[in-house]
Amino acid sequence: MTEILGVPLQVLLGQLLIGLINGSFYAVLSLGLAVIFGLLRIINFAHGAQYMLGAFAAWMGFSYLGIGYWAALFLAPLVVGLTGIVIERTMLRRLYKFDHLYGLLLTFGLALVIEGLFSNFYGVSGKSYAVPELLKGGVNLGFMFLPVYRGWVVIASLTVCLTTWFIIERTKLGSYLRAGTENPQLVQAFGVNLPLMITLTYGFGAALAAFAGVLAAPIYQVAPLMGTNLIIVVFAVVVIGGMGSILGAVLTGFGLGLVEGLTKVFYPEASNTVIFVIMALVLLFKPAGLFGREA
Amino acid sequence: MRDFMLKLGEPRILWPLLFALLIAAPFAFYPVFLMKLLCFALFACAFNLLVGYAGLLSFGHAAFLGTAGYMTGYLVKVQNLPPELGLLAGTAAAALLGYAFGALAIRRRGIYFAMITLALAQMVYFICLQIPQTGGEDGLQAVPRGTLFGFIDLADNLTMYYVVLAIFVSGFLIIYRTIHSPFGQVLKAIRENEPRALSLGYNTDRYKLLAFVLSAALSGLAGATKTLVLQLSSLSDVDWHMSGEVMLMTLLGGMGTVVGPVLGAALVVTLQNYLAGVGGYVTVIIGAIFVVCVLLFRRGFAGELARLLRPGR
Repeated sequence: MTEILGVPLQVLLGQLLIGLINGSFYAVLSLGLAVIFGLLRIINFAHGAQYMLGAFAAWMGFSYLGIGYWAALFLAPLVVGLTGIVIERTMLRRLYKFDHLYGLLLTFGLALVIEGLFSNFYGVSGKSYAVPELLKGGVNLGFMFLPVYRGWVVIASLTVCLTTWFIIERTKLGSYLRAGTENPQLVQAFGVNLPLMITLTYGFGAALAAFAGVLAAPIYQVAPLMGTNLIIVVFAVVVIGGMGSILGAVLTGFGLGLVEGLTKVFYPEASNTVIFVIMALVLLFKPAGLFGREA
Repeated sequence: MRDFMLKLGEPRILWPLLFALLIAAPFAFYPVFLMKLLCFALFACAFNLLVGYAGLLSFGHAAFLGTAGYMTGYLVKVQNLPPELGLLAGTAAAALLGYAFGALAIRRRGIYFAMITLALAQMVYFICLQIPQTGGEDGLQAVPRGTLFGFIDLADNLTMYYVVLAIFVSGFLIIYRTIHSPFGQVLKAIRENEPRALSLGYNTDRYKLLAFVLSAALSGLAGATKTLVLQLSSLSDVDWHMSGEVMLMTLLGGMGTVVGPVLGAALVVTLQNYLAGVGGYVTVIIGAIFVVCVLLFRRGFAGELARLLRPGR
């Protein structure tokens, strides 16, 4: 068997694949955070809870209403996005004139409420969610065995990331969004309904998190606390990449997933902490982040 | 009534009154509960020094509380060191960790600062989970309280209470003096307008770092004391929920007020004591208080009270 640095090639590739999957989630989640941060200037701590809500929406839809995976992939983000819109309209909106840190504190409180409620109703142990019929099984690539669903996760996240990039960087709507980020007063003076755009942006960010949640449902256990630890890692990813660029957030997400996978092979003890160590190093040598343009 | 309240609010009357209440308290309440409360009050005051006066929202203060607790617990229990050395070492460990955190985190501002401290604290959590000295999931249990300076036996709850009270009052006075010193004024200037403070010739990064280290060290002192009081240090002290709790205490009591965090800590610890029966709903209730506080009550109790009593200011 082929070995690289004393590690069987298959083990290495297997971990790299897991890293790529984790990276997909990092990418979609940090993309959502970046989109929300761009216009609202707040960090959405509830992002992890919204990811969990997406997974739970898929699970509940199937268990109670018999809604399948493909419908859930659209319905769960829609539902979670709508709750996001309600949150923005009723609560977040009141805080824009104060320090942006209050937005972080509010969403932190919301995350505690949401996760606390789900823990009470469903317990902390996970529910399993079946892989859809179409994506069952795997393909033998010759050098390794690839479960189809895992490949689908990577492709689906990449598609969503690139679509979001296209909307924001290449369409008229996106140019309004970017202008709103640069100079909200001026954009409003041109007659753009900025408050509505802010509301929809938050809803879209929440929907992205929920989409990642549905993708994750068949791979990980659907559990009330599945989002909390993940979101802290995603914060580190966001600090490393900097929130200035969308493609930067996506690249950093995938890249760090791979690094984490490699760490699992060569030094498993550090796999939990490697991303935080990288964050510390990036802060030392390039404080604005790899793709950041913060002053 | 308002005149009476105003008179009570005068420092000459207020402080001796509060101090007398704290001395008499163990005869009316359970001492261990009071000690826990004082530890969290010191923790919240140390946190408030940073967020309330320097405008730096740290989301990772649990790391200092927990690390100091583990350090003290390990030295006192496994190395059989006397409690005063344990407390000192715990505080020093937190200060060092604070230096490392601070040096990294002050490179970014605002929202990034919060995320960096949170991520670094999570790293500390994983390290505490993995290294053998902390006892992993079990934590360090049955930490002996020992004999302070060789002649004060801390096994007695009442004796322990007065030691904790002395620690709390010293920590509180350090914070009080810091806030009202020229150093504290510079911190406030940085909070209000950092570029301006910079242009006036203040090396703002050094001020922020020093404030961070001081806050971390005092949080560590609180954590070390807490370990001796409860004879236990566990993973929940380094968990990010703990960072959230100290934020809630400070927010609820009043950010940037001197007594606010003490009030907030008293409220949250009492609440947790009473809510112990409802189990999992504690998180929900704490989260809901967070939301209500942020939406309607940003000044906190001490801030709102001060505004009621002195409407002119």
